[in-house]
Amino acid sequence: MGTANVIWVYAELSGKEPKKIALELMTKARELAEAMGGSAAAVVLGTGARTAAEKLAQHGASVVYVAEDERFGNVLTTPHADALSGLIKEKSPRAVLFGATNSSKDIAARVSARLGLGVIADAIAIQVNGNELHVVNPAFGGSLLVTSTFTDANTAFIIARAKAFAAEERPQPLKIEEVKPVYTAAPQARITGAVAQPEARVSLEEANVIVSGGRGLGAPENFKLVEELAQAFEAAVGASRAAVDAGWISYPHQVGQTGKTVKPKVYIACGISGAIQHKVGMQTSDIIIAINKDPDAPIFSFADLGVVGDLHQIVPLLAKEIRKRKGA
Amino acid sequence: MNIVVCVKQVPDTTAEKRLDANLRLDRASVDNIINPFDEYAIEEGLRLQEAHGGEVALLCMGTESAQETLRKGLAMGADRGVLVTDPALAGSDAWATSYVLAQALKRMSYDVILCGMQTTDSGTAQVPGGVAEFLGLPQLTWANKVEISDGKATIQRQSDAGYDVVEAPLPVVISVIKGINEPRYPSLKGIMQARRKELQIWSLDDLGISQDMVGVLGAKTKVLGYSRPAPRAKGQLIQEDSQTAATRIADFLVQARVL
Repeated sequence: MGTANVIWVYAELSGKEPKKIALELMTKARELAEAMGGSAAAVVLGTGARTAAEKLAQHGASVVYVAEDERFGNVLTTPHADALSGLIKEKSPRAVLFGATNSSKDIAARVSARLGLGVIADAIAIQVNGNELHVVNPAFGGSLLVTSTFTDANTAFIIARAKAFAAEERPQPLKIEEVKPVYTAAPQARITGAVAQPEARVSLEEANVIVSGGRGLGAPENFKLVEELAQAFEAAVGASRAAVDAGWISYPHQVGQTGKTVKPKVYIACGISGAIQHKVGMQTSDIIIAINKDPDAPIFSFADLGVVGDLHQIVPLLAKEIRKRKGA
Repeated sequence: MNIVVCVKQVPDTTAEKRLDANLRLDRASVDNIINPFDEYAIEEGLRLQEAHGGEVALLCMGTESAQETLRKGLAMGADRGVLVTDPALAGSDAWATSYVLAQALKRMSYDVILCGMQTTDSGTAQVPGGVAEFLGLPQLTWANKVEISDGKATIQRQSDAGYDVVEAPLPVVISVIKGINEPRYPSLKGIMQARRKELQIWSLDDLGISQDMVGVLGAKTKVLGYSRPAPRAKGQLIQEDSQTAATRIADFLVQARVL
């Protein structure tokens, strides 16, 4: 297994488009495959897979394996695991790259258990070294960067963080291969409904700008200030653990050790002290701006621009300023 | 209804971490805590027990010191604990951890297996799915709400757009996210009682697992080395009137080509 120098991407769909992270991974897969003298391919499961194949070919896939069975949309994890493990057994790719989403992590877990494959999660860099794949991931809250590799020649599973790699076009001729999965008869988890929550719409992991609020907001209603500033930027709303634990905003917004790890272009922290548990979730942001009334707040020791002052005044004025400069 | 909650002992998030000569976490050098996500799993287990009866058992794979972690869960109210510990387990990867937990679970009685969504140390989120696969069970992951009725479990599963409603027949593996509940603090009485509760210790031999399948020998990945990332440099710090401050932030963003 895993002898051919072919690198796959397990590409998740968002409607009929590949998710943004799938294109980031596709570009990286192509680069790795070229360094190993091989090629890149994608696996897409679900309604819309054929349409999505085109974008994946544009980003470097020589072959796109598709299956459009509707059970991919109404059964959790197991049909995807069946389809992917069948394909891996047949084709033995060198590696499969997954995006660090809930669904992809679940599928990787089942397939790696079933086929006995090694998994390295949370990857932020992947290099080819001779015939080995070296994977870098932050460990223990980013205090260490660990380089690991695989101990056998089986297909290697790598789960990568969003925005670890840039998506670039590497056009290949579109070649679609239809897959006919063999499904196992094990009991299933069925998706019986989907409920949209408008507040969950902007994905923190994909956002270019994040405005986050913490305990310094003082009261739950002051989260409106953060939301208004986020609106001015068309940004996502984040929060510290303190704000979530106080019930001011829901858990999906939490950034940090027990929340999300984010890497936006700009992270604006309002009334967040910057304790280590928060820092580890946002320290790789390109630019960090902090507004806090306490000049000794730890966040000022790593913010690119620290503003000592009253956020209740500064945040609305900043929102106004941003709207003005954006000409809106 | 019998519930098993899988728990792990992890290094305290605030502690300075270093790797030993074998490139493994020097666990003796740090304080340990129960994986914070597992507290939600224990709480959910106790609530399911309150509603449906049965037993809540805790299952942990770790070093001898993980008994403290189990005692904490017992103090919260779980009935008994099982610790799988063996020198040969050191250096186990996610595959081996899932495999060992699954073999232990085969010797326990369960309708619901609960896990935290991930750990705060390795954080791969691979164990709930791996355990489900090894046991041939369905999995309900990233649950923000759990209900059990008529021999099936129904959860609200976090999605990009909100949540999905997902159901599966028992027995089932469920992983829970933070915020699903408010974990209780152990009472003094709970802490006293926990000392007398049953805590079994199982070795690899007890589970019929050969040493070369797990630990460093069985690991499908290996660490080559590590570095400490350069700390983020301190930037400028300003203290101005509010309007000036807002203007300076906007100017800064223009300079950085974000606006």
